[in-house]
Amino acid sequence: MNLPDIEQTCQELAQRLDDLIRTEQIDNPILVGIRTGGVWVAERLNEEINCSEEVGTLDISFYRDDFTRHGLHPKVQGSELPESIEDRHIILVDDVIMSGRTIRAAMNELFDYGRPASIRLVCLLDIGRRELPVQPDLCGATLALNDGQLVKLTGPKPLELTLA
Amino acid sequence: MINDSYSDPNKVQLTEDGRLKHFLTTEGLSRELLTEILDTADSFISTQERAVKTVPLLRGKTVVNLFFENSTRTRSTFELAAKRLSADILNLDIARSATSKGETLMDTLWNLEAMYSDMFVVRHADSGAAHFIAEHVTPNVAIINAGDGRHAHPTQAMLDMLTIRRHKDGIEGKIVAIVGDILHSRVARSQIHALRTLGAAEVRVIGPGTLLPRDIEALGAVPFYDMKKGLADCDVVIMLRLQKERMQNALLPSEGEFFKLYGLTEEKLAYAKPDAIVMHPGPINRGVEIESAVADGSHSVILNQVSYGIAVRMAVMAMAMSGQQTPIITEENA
Repeated sequence: MNLPDIEQTCQELAQRLDDLIRTEQIDNPILVGIRTGGVWVAERLNEEINCSEEVGTLDISFYRDDFTRHGLHPKVQGSELPESIEDRHIILVDDVIMSGRTIRAAMNELFDYGRPASIRLVCLLDIGRRELPVQPDLCGATLALNDGQLVKLTGPKPLELTLA
Repeated sequence: MINDSYSDPNKVQLTEDGRLKHFLTTEGLSRELLTEILDTADSFISTQERAVKTVPLLRGKTVVNLFFENSTRTRSTFELAAKRLSADILNLDIARSATSKGETLMDTLWNLEAMYSDMFVVRHADSGAAHFIAEHVTPNVAIINAGDGRHAHPTQAMLDMLTIRRHKDGIEGKIVAIVGDILHSRVARSQIHALRTLGAAEVRVIGPGTLLPRDIEALGAVPFYDMKKGLADCDVVIMLRLQKERMQNALLPSEGEFFKLYGLTEEKLAYAKPDAIVMHPGPINRGVEIESAVADGSHSVILNQVSYGIAVRMAVMAMAMSGQQTPIITEENA
């Protein structure tokens, strides 16, 4: 299986995000990455197009829907959002989208900080296997994996993909 | 006492892979686990600064506050902690209900289990009560010790550790003095264990000989009978409440005498380091253990302790509930 070139994918994704912000006239967006990989991707995108003053981080450990099955993540780091998100345009960033449950948890958490004007979703990789009706607005690359295969992003510098 | 010779608490409070499933005592818990509690509590401090203070972690779970001994403050902070985790909470004032009608402890527990409770927060006048309940409760019910006799009060100790860590930039290498009625204090015992494990340079206990337990040095604390000597160069001063309700014998000449010798005044505090912090588990007896100028002064972090108390209780409740679930998290569900 050929994994996409991360550097090139990030640059193209940043360009498309820049276009999206322009064409949809998204005023003063905030990039918010989901820990851990999503934060790296969000920071990488912001390096390219500098669209967000700060990059927010979201730790969804307290919002997971599988707490009763899997328990608390052993390394909860907490969320840090730069300022009030009330009436702001959020660009939510994650490294890999699969079931869509992480994104649902992230949106639930965002609403506990305030009522954003809008949320858009940007993912570096889409590996399918969706379980919820959640689709990214922008996605760097799609990847069809074999059963049981997973992809993992390591980083932050350099960002690298590995198959597991 | 319910049981004087109870088994190794860590066999009861930890899962096979070393995670918390009950929280009974700080004694014998590893530095990693204590640090994990503090780290988790730190992230709950940030969720409580938001407009919406609750997180959905324990939604649908039922927590029962089982207080066999009166307490307003501890019970309320556990109640708030449970509510901020979205759990349903039932307050049972056992001191005034079932057991006074003759129901045994086990009968009370079986009744509560039959109501599908997920967690009991237990306070009891007998040392070892929470441990006893943890050993006899049905699987998947978590027990949190909210104070048992003279034995332990682990959530209070951990909120004190969090306070020191946040205000003194860590616990490692710090000199900490605990002042007052050490003999009757379950808080002091839990603090000493946690401070030693987290690397405090020295733990001192200061008080009259009648209020210092004889075995205190075995716990790793250094006794002082003179306040000024004991406070010299301290980074942290923890005042304990004079437990009038526990003082059955004439262990003290008078409250006035106690204040003169061991009450914290600005003058005595001057012997500690200039940036020392002053802590107190509350409720404070002004003019008995501490003068108002100190309690309300710039060294005091007493009210910060109250805020951190909720975060620490949220952390141990979430972690213990999590330890009651079987598998550990994997990359697949990340």
